Amino acid sequence: MSATRVVFVGVGGQGNLLASNLLGQAALAAGQNAVVSEIHGMAQRGGVVESAVLIGDVTSPIVSPAEADVLVGFEPAETLRTAIKANRNTTIITSTSPLPPFTVAIGAGVYPEVDEALVSLGKQVRKLIAFDGQALAEEAGNPQSLNMVMLGALAATNTVPVPVKHIKKVIKEGTKAKLLESNLKAFDLGYKAAAAAM
Amino acid sequence: MHRILNPKTGATVLLLGNEAIARGALEAGVSFATCYPGTPSSEIPLVFFQIKREIDDFYFEYSTNEKVALETAAGAAAAGVRTMCTLKHVGLNVAADPLMTLAYVGVKAGLVIVNADDPSLFSSQNEQDNRFYARLSGLPMLEPTSPADAKELVKDAYLISEQTELPVLFRTTTRINHAREGVKLGRLGKRSLKGKFTKNPMYWVQVPAVARERHKDLLRRGEMARKLSNESPHNQISGRGRLGIITSGVSVNYVRDAVNDLGLKNKVKILKLGFTWPLPDQKIVRFLKGVDKVLVVEELEPVLETDVRALAQAKGLMVPIDGKSVKPFSRLYEYDPGMVREAIARYFQIDYQPPKKLNLTKVPPLPARPPNLCPGCGHRSTYYAVKKVLGEGAVYPTDIGCYTLGLLPPFKIADYLICMGSSVSSSGGFSRALPDTPVVAFIGDSTFFHSGITGLVNAVHNNHNFTLIILDNGTTAMTGHQPHPGVNPEHFGDTTTHVDIEKLVRGLGIEQVYTVNPRNVNKVTQLVEQTTKEPGVSVIIAREMCALLAARLAPPKKKLVFEIDQSKCKQHRDCLRLFACPAFYLDGERVKINPNLCIGCTVCSQVCPERAIKPKAAA
Repeated sequence: MSATRVVFVGVGGQGNLLASNLLGQAALAAGQNAVVSEIHGMAQRGGVVESAVLIGDVTSPIVSPAEADVLVGFEPAETLRTAIKANRNTTIITSTSPLPPFTVAIGAGVYPEVDEALVSLGKQVRKLIAFDGQALAEEAGNPQSLNMVMLGALAATNTVPVPVKHIKKVIKEGTKAKLLESNLKAFDLGYKAAAAAM
Repeated sequence: MHRILNPKTGATVLLLGNEAIARGALEAGVSFATCYPGTPSSEIPLVFFQIKREIDDFYFEYSTNEKVALETAAGAAAAGVRTMCTLKHVGLNVAADPLMTLAYVGVKAGLVIVNADDPSLFSSQNEQDNRFYARLSGLPMLEPTSPADAKELVKDAYLISEQTELPVLFRTTTRINHAREGVKLGRLGKRSLKGKFTKNPMYWVQVPAVARERHKDLLRRGEMARKLSNESPHNQISGRGRLGIITSGVSVNYVRDAVNDLGLKNKVKILKLGFTWPLPDQKIVRFLKGVDKVLVVEELEPVLETDVRALAQAKGLMVPIDGKSVKPFSRLYEYDPGMVREAIARYFQIDYQPPKKLNLTKVPPLPARPPNLCPGCGHRSTYYAVKKVLGEGAVYPTDIGCYTLGLLPPFKIADYLICMGSSVSSSGGFSRALPDTPVVAFIGDSTFFHSGITGLVNAVHNNHNFTLIILDNGTTAMTGHQPHPGVNPEHFGDTTTHVDIEKLVRGLGIEQVYTVNPRNVNKVTQLVEQTTKEPGVSVIIAREMCALLAARLAPPKKKLVFEIDQSKCKQHRDCLRLFACPAFYLDGERVKINPNLCIGCTVCSQVCPERAIKPKAAA
């Protein structure tokens, strides 16, 4: 199977759909076949947002359980929730900064200790890279740039057949001038964080 | 220039399925489009709305509901203008009345009705299979397999519509609408809004004497469509081998990938159906004769499976045909690539091990993350006030929109919902059947125009007894902030005419009509107390612009945010338990307000019994 299946998961407002869309555009620019899928609707209202990018000899737009080659999680509890998409050969990249859902604040749920669960998950997959992506986004000067941090980290893992220059090119084309510098910085910080963990 | 108008013929760009459909329509020279927005179809009309002022000879409207949208489209197509009407699957129920007779009447220029089904109910109240509508109405149906296929298929849909003089149903599912892939751009078509209508009442006016004849026309045109279907390149046999698969829509991709993954390329023959009604009967029979066993791969109902079995029976073919009984296929929910691979392997007895799942027993229980009403949302303030007055002592029929989220804790203020507009009409039933219980119904402004008005007329006429709260946030928020008749058109850069909800309601003869800002908790509370005590129908219009739209229209220069005076807070936590704005969070045992989320709506300061929530002093 010469196909790469990437699943992105996050919380509404984290820019997950933009990340998958940019990856799809970059793959296309790199001469690859790419299919992107996403679930819209409640994204702005704080729910879970999942998207997928499939690159190569594949036309199905979605990824079945245990069939993701890469899982990119923008929020640790959501990474754990979506781990059903992973298998032994999956590379998981996750941000560790928690974003507790409102159910926790009103006492209808408990935000778990995620560190231990991530360690256990990491032992079962090819590679698990965990770092505080939100801190890097803030370091880049734009708290909204977590999606760029995670794209940078994904690029560093060499798991997708899309060269960095193509990803950076679509970021440049798709970003407003005033956010460009911070977005590229966020991408580089994510890249470095993941490269250091490889 | 809008990117959908990209003039670079031959360029390949990544397009959302809905954008590809809009582009296909423009390449086909569509000049007139109508819709009522509904996920997963909403981005098609969004493109039309965005480009309508950029191009000549193009008319687009957000219609009041799907019936109106289809009838408006039908008029334009009867007058010779190429037209598109878009709606979601349940929207076609609303438009089913015109659809069934429009099938007799037909069109003079192409009319394509894009119908988006939603298997797995990602954002719908049911997952009905609208392939039945093609069979019910006798209209041709086309089903694309991907965004790129959709763009080309739309263009052919117009040719089919004009050859047969019938509207064409173009059925997608969520995974077509909301998938993206590289789409090769074609030339934009020539548009024209100069129609021509030839009067002929014995043709266009469906009284019994006319309709009896026109039904014959429909059958004749249906036969013409069957011929086109048999000849269509969208109904295609590929591959070699004695194992047969018949499939359509997004499942075509799952089948293709599964056949590759299972190494069955030279063993399986696939019949892909894109022109799915009328079925290409001759092509199917030819296919059945060339295989030993057939698996039908289709989501939702066994529609193709049943038809193919009937066709085999009619031709005396004994080839085994199966579909829904092969595990893990189901009539429920959408399929995925793994399911299809597994079913193909099982049915054709191929050795296959599905990928091994991880052991996730050490993952702790995770808190649910349902979508939530936004900080500053007027619906939350209204729900808080109503719940404060009536608690569990009333029945709350609700409706379709963001405010359906009132279902969730802490409000739990949604007791009954079936479809758009059902809040108003079902309240008549509840109030008659439960004479001692107050009934308070909720409906959004857009939904009120869509299908709440007739229910309200009924309630007035039949002396029902309930309070209707119209949650007027100045837009159709849920589907992405579309306009509707009650909005201020200037907010949308539009030149449509505003229809005033209060005047409309008063025009029905209702005397108890109150317009209130839901951020005024005391006022809402008092009105709910008053209206639920008075007999008859009363209406409260809770008017506060959607917080997301307000922020977009006029981003505040200096934002007022609130904070909790921890020295005054006595931990009642009413703010969390009863009001539950997402800007609150627990820092250890203390409730705090996230200043990045707070939009300064002031309502929580009215909720706190200690008056501990105050505007934050300017830094």
